[in-house]
Amino acid sequence: MLSARQRTTLYSGIAGWTLALCLFFPIFWMLVTSFKTEAEAIGGMNSLFFVPTLENYTAINERANYASYLLNSVVVSFTATVLALAIALPTVYSMVFFPTGRTKDVLMWILSTKMLPPVGVLVPIYLMFKSVHLIDSRAALIVVYTFGNLPIVVWMLYSFFKDVPGEIIEASRMDGATTLQQIRLILVPLTLPGIASTGLLSVILCWNEAFWSINLTSTAAAPLTSLVASFSSPEGLFWAKLSAVSSLAVAPIILFGWITQKQLVRGLTFGAVK
Amino acid sequence: MRKRGDDNLAGPSMSIIHLSQGLDASRRISFQMPKWLLIMPCIGLLFVWTTFPLLTTIYYSFQRYNLLSPMMTGSAGIENYAYLFTDPALYAAIANTLILVGSVVFVTIAVGTLLAVLFDQDFPGRNIARVLAISPFFVMPTVAALIWKNLLMHPIYGVFASIANSIGLAPVDWFTQWPLLSVVIIVSWQWIPFAALILITAMQSLDGEQMEAARMDGARGIVAFRYIVLPFLARPIAIVVLIETIFLFSVFAEILVTTGGGPGLETTNLTYLIYIKAILEWNIGGASAAGIVSIVVANVVAFILVATVARNFAK
Repeated sequence: MLSARQRTTLYSGIAGWTLALCLFFPIFWMLVTSFKTEAEAIGGMNSLFFVPTLENYTAINERANYASYLLNSVVVSFTATVLALAIALPTVYSMVFFPTGRTKDVLMWILSTKMLPPVGVLVPIYLMFKSVHLIDSRAALIVVYTFGNLPIVVWMLYSFFKDVPGEIIEASRMDGATTLQQIRLILVPLTLPGIASTGLLSVILCWNEAFWSINLTSTAAAPLTSLVASFSSPEGLFWAKLSAVSSLAVAPIILFGWITQKQLVRGLTFGAVK
Repeated sequence: MRKRGDDNLAGPSMSIIHLSQGLDASRRISFQMPKWLLIMPCIGLLFVWTTFPLLTTIYYSFQRYNLLSPMMTGSAGIENYAYLFTDPALYAAIANTLILVGSVVFVTIAVGTLLAVLFDQDFPGRNIARVLAISPFFVMPTVAALIWKNLLMHPIYGVFASIANSIGLAPVDWFTQWPLLSVVIIVSWQWIPFAALILITAMQSLDGEQMEAARMDGARGIVAFRYIVLPFLARPIAIVVLIETIFLFSVFAEILVTTGGGPGLETTNLTYLIYIKAILEWNIGGASAAGIVSIVVANVVAFILVATVARNFAK
């Protein structure tokens, strides 16, 4: 007989694995389908056994320059993330260690800018970038994503910096550290795990952002989200190719996510947990 | 800064600070950037970035501005709004937006909490299962929508249809019979990992001894969950509600790829309605008016959430 505790472990193991496999199934099925022929792809569960083929990947390579889309996604996501962190760091430092009566209100206001639905300001932003000839440029996407993620970045950093005892910063000030030295030599090293998970979340959000990338880019600066969108209408009936292009679009960020998931699980609290 | 009695309580390091402050504070304290310089880049840029487009949108919403008829210009007064408020599409879009946001938030928190509780148990392969469960979070909306629409939910060739056929049921034509539900399912799938991630993190800091004590007192299963775990998760759940609501207001790609807002207006949310007006009808004035309405709706919801949830958090 199993003890009560062993039974709990057994049941939660079964339930946990079942749920996990269900959640992962769509991704798994997409990967499997990408190695089928088009005829097998629409065979549903009937074509469980098949000889894997790479023909879909070759076909995509002939039609679109995957590397260029990938490069755009990488450059835009990481640049926007670094910029957002750089802009947010000094502000959050000041808000946490030298709060004024209005700091809480400022924090709420920053989050409230996120309540502005992107579509509400699509027209002016589109026209603004058009007037400076930045439509279909990486710069436009970088600007949009930097500001789009800034509120989230500020909030996450705020929750991490709050855990740093104010006395440490105060002591370093008395020892003659300049503002930049306090941030660079004390604050950043102490909160590096938190900063890392903030950055991770920002990169993931940038990578998967689809509204602005579809509306602001066409070819030159188009990231992977646009590549997939461009395959969706004309190739909608070619499931194997669709699966292959989708796999190519999500593979880099899924691998990135898997490698860094420990960090993500540790850091993603938004200060909800002490 | 120095209160009487402070020195008795302060440790050695504190008294050193006080000492150096007292002796030659003016010489020792090096250049400190003024606070406004630290705050300004972030606040200033964000202010310009949000205010300028907002004002422009408000301006356009009172203008006759359609790219298909460039000759018709000038002030439209409240024409755009008057037209918008007589358009049943607006009310359908508001309702769909609220239903979509509400159901997805509910589903993701329910499943996310379940996952958090399950992954708190130390079963074999837990870490691998967790990695698999949070994977949908990394899948971009366009891809998620395409996989679900074609590979899974297709009424003839999809996996669900295969399963239904094999057990003798009639396959469901998801996007015709249950269009909004289908979108809710897809978006929930994408956001369950986010809720799970935050709640799993929260569970890790739940006091093990408290749980053990409760167990000793005979609190097990549902009872322990109801009176210990759930109150503990209240704050993280509030955060999930807040953040998800912000993002779910702007659900777009999932609708664009799967239903295009249809059939009829059944899956048109506010974001998609404005997209139709701006991009497909080239009606900038009308789209801007709808944009302002969507901002108002978002802010009403946000106000309610902030009053109940976020004040509490920022304390």
